[in-house]
Amino acid sequence: MHLCSIPDSLWKLHLSTYENAIDVRGLNKYFGDKHVVKDLSLQVGRGEILGFLGPNGSGKTTAIRMLCGLLTPDSGEGHCLGYDITTQSDAIKREAGYMTQKFSYWEDLSIRENLDFVARVYELANRKHVVDEALETLGLTSRSSQLARSLSGGWKQRLALAACMLRHPKLLLLDEPTAGVDPNARRDFWEELHELASKGVSVLISTHYMDEAERCHKLAYIAYGNLLAKGSAQSIIEEQKLFTYEVTGERLMEISKVIEKDPAIEQTVIFGSTLHVSGKNSEAIEEVLKTQQFKSIPTSLEDVFIYLMKHTRDNYGESYEL
Amino acid sequence: MSFSLNRWWAIVLKEFLQLKRDRVTFAMMVVLPIIQLALFGFAINTDPKHLPIAIVSYDESDFTRTILSSMQTSDYFAINTDYTTADEAQAALKKGEIQFILTIPSDFTKKLLRGEKPSILLEADATDPVTVSVALASIDGIAQQVAKKDLVGSLSTLWSQKNPFEIRVHRLYNPNSINQYNIIPGLMGTVMTMTLTMMTALAITRERERGTMENLLATPARPLEIMTGKIIPYVFIGLVQASLILFASHFVFGVPFNGSIVLVYTVALLFIAVNLTIGITISSLAQNMLQALQLTIFYFLPSILLSGFMFPFYGMPVWAQHIGEILPLTYFNRLIRGIILKDNDLAMLWPNIWPLLIIAVVMMTLAVKFYKKTLD
Repeated sequence: MHLCSIPDSLWKLHLSTYENAIDVRGLNKYFGDKHVVKDLSLQVGRGEILGFLGPNGSGKTTAIRMLCGLLTPDSGEGHCLGYDITTQSDAIKREAGYMTQKFSYWEDLSIRENLDFVARVYELANRKHVVDEALETLGLTSRSSQLARSLSGGWKQRLALAACMLRHPKLLLLDEPTAGVDPNARRDFWEELHELASKGVSVLISTHYMDEAERCHKLAYIAYGNLLAKGSAQSIIEEQKLFTYEVTGERLMEISKVIEKDPAIEQTVIFGSTLHVSGKNSEAIEEVLKTQQFKSIPTSLEDVFIYLMKHTRDNYGESYEL
Repeated sequence: MSFSLNRWWAIVLKEFLQLKRDRVTFAMMVVLPIIQLALFGFAINTDPKHLPIAIVSYDESDFTRTILSSMQTSDYFAINTDYTTADEAQAALKKGEIQFILTIPSDFTKKLLRGEKPSILLEADATDPVTVSVALASIDGIAQQVAKKDLVGSLSTLWSQKNPFEIRVHRLYNPNSINQYNIIPGLMGTVMTMTLTMMTALAITRERERGTMENLLATPARPLEIMTGKIIPYVFIGLVQASLILFASHFVFGVPFNGSIVLVYTVALLFIAVNLTIGITISSLAQNMLQALQLTIFYFLPSILLSGFMFPFYGMPVWAQHIGEILPLTYFNRLIRGIILKDNDLAMLWPNIWPLLIIAVVMMTLAVKFYKKTLD
C-alpha cells in the first residue's frame, strides 16, 4: 500500500505553520457524572507516531473524538494542526484524517462510490484521478464496483485508511485501526504509517497490540481517564523501575498463587511455559524465588502496562465502560 | 427437544427487560391508544354539524327570520355573517370558507302570502358529498317548522298545502355527489404524508444506527448541507407519486380536472417540502429507526383523521379544528380539491398556502437546531 504520492517538498510547505500537530492541555470530559477523561495533555510532533494505549473504557476513543471535534471538551484547551480544538473544529475536520474504531463507511455503496463520496465531500480537485489512484494502490481496481459490505474485515480497514488518506491529511487520528486484522495486513499497515510519518505526517494511533506499541515513536498510556505514562517505550519501561524474573518449571499456576501473597511480588503473569514475576525490590523477590528455577530478564512493555493497569485500578478503584 | 419452561422464561424475561429500556416504545404503546380514543371518540363526527352557511337575503320579513333562526337552531348550520352579497358569498364558497349559500329572493314573502309557492335557493359546495347530504336532509324539516310557527290563523290554509315554499338545491363542483371526486384528490396528500415523512424520518437515524454518522460528522459537511442534501431524492419521489395519483384520478376514477396543472404541481412541491422538513426534524429528534417510525405514526394518525380527508373538517368540534389547522395535510386537501374541482386561482389559494410556507420554514429551523453536530 503506497497511498502517499505527494512530493516531499509539498508536505513540508503544508507543515510549516505550526509547532506540534497536536498540542492540548488539561482536557476534561464528563458523561453525566462520569469523569471519562481527566486533565489530558498531549503533544504529537510533526512526523511523529504516538501510540495511545490503555485498557478498554479508559477514555482513548473519547480523547480522540475531542481532538477531531466530534466531542466538545468540558474544559481544557489546545490546538490540532494549529487550529483551536474548541472553536475551529471545522478546519480540523477538513485537514485531519479520522478513522473510526468501527467501520463507518457505507456498506450499501460500492468501494468506488465510497471513495468518490469522500472525494466530493472534501471538495478534492481531480476527483476521478484521485479515486482511481487510490483504488490502484489499494489493489481494488478490479473489485471497485463491489459493495463495501462484501469486503472482509482487513479489507474494510484498508478501504477506511485509503478513504482517510485520499486527501493527504497532515494528521491521522486512528482509533484501533488494526483490531481484528491479520498479522500480515497489520505489518503492511505499519510500513505504510512509517512511510507517511517520514514525509511529515503525524499519527495518533490507539491500539491494544504490544508489537504495535513498540513500533511507535512515542507512547501515551491512559487508564480510567488518567494519563499515566508518556514517552518512548524505553523510557516508560525505565520509569517504572521494575525488576522482572522469569520462572520456569512445572505447575506455574500454583507457584504464582503462592508467591503472589508475598508483598515483594507485585505482579505475576504466565507467558506460555514461563512465569514472569515483577516487583520493585529485586533482593526481596530473589529471596522469595530462591527455591525456584529463575533468571532475571529485561522488563517488557507488556509487563509494565499490566503493572500500570493493576496499579491504577487499586488507586482509582473505579471502572466503567464507555 | 421438548419445550423447556426455563428456556422459555429466559426469553420472556429478556423481552421484558428490553421493553423496559425502550421508554419511547413503551410511551407510544400507552399514548397512541389514548390519542386514538380521543380522536375517534370526541373529534370525529360522521354526522357533521355547524356547517358554515352564508345568507344572501333580498327580503326581510317574519318568515325569512324564522327560516334563519330555525336553521340556526337545527345545529346543522352555522350562519356566517361576513358575506352578505352574492359575489362575496360565491367567492367564499369557491375558497371553501363556507359550505352553503342560501339566497332568498326579494319577492319571497309576497309570493308566500299569495300561496304561489315561492322558492329559495340553496347552493352547496358538494365536493364532499357526505357532508352535504346530511345537511340537506335536515332542510325539509326546517321548512315544516317555519310553516307550523308562522303560518297560523288565516294563513293556515297555506300550511295545509304540503310545501308552502320550495327549497331548490344546487350541488356545485360535484353535481352527481360522486364520493371519489372528494376522496381521490385527498388521497394524494395522505399518501405523500405517509411515505415522504417516513422515508426522511429514517434518513439520519439510519446513519446513526449503522454507525456511519460518526464518519459523516467527521467530514466538513455542514448540517444544512446534510439535511437538505438528504431530502432532495425524495422531492422527485414525491413528484412521481403526485403524478401517479393525478393520472389515476383522472383516467381511472374519472375525477374532472378543472384547474391549472401548473398550480397543482406548485402546491404539490410545497407540500412535499413541508413533509420532508417534518421528516428530517423527526430524524434529528429520534434516537433510532424504531423511534423515528413511531414518531411518524404519531404525526400521520391525526393527519388523516383531522385534516378533512376522511371526515368533514367543519363537522369536528372547534378544538379538533384547531389541531387540524396546524397539520399541513389540512391545507393541502383544501388546495388540491380547490384546484382540481373548483378551479381556484392563486389568490384564492393563498390563505392555504402561507401556512404551509410557515410550517416548512419553522420545521427546517427546528431540524437544523436539533441536529447534533457532535456526538455529545
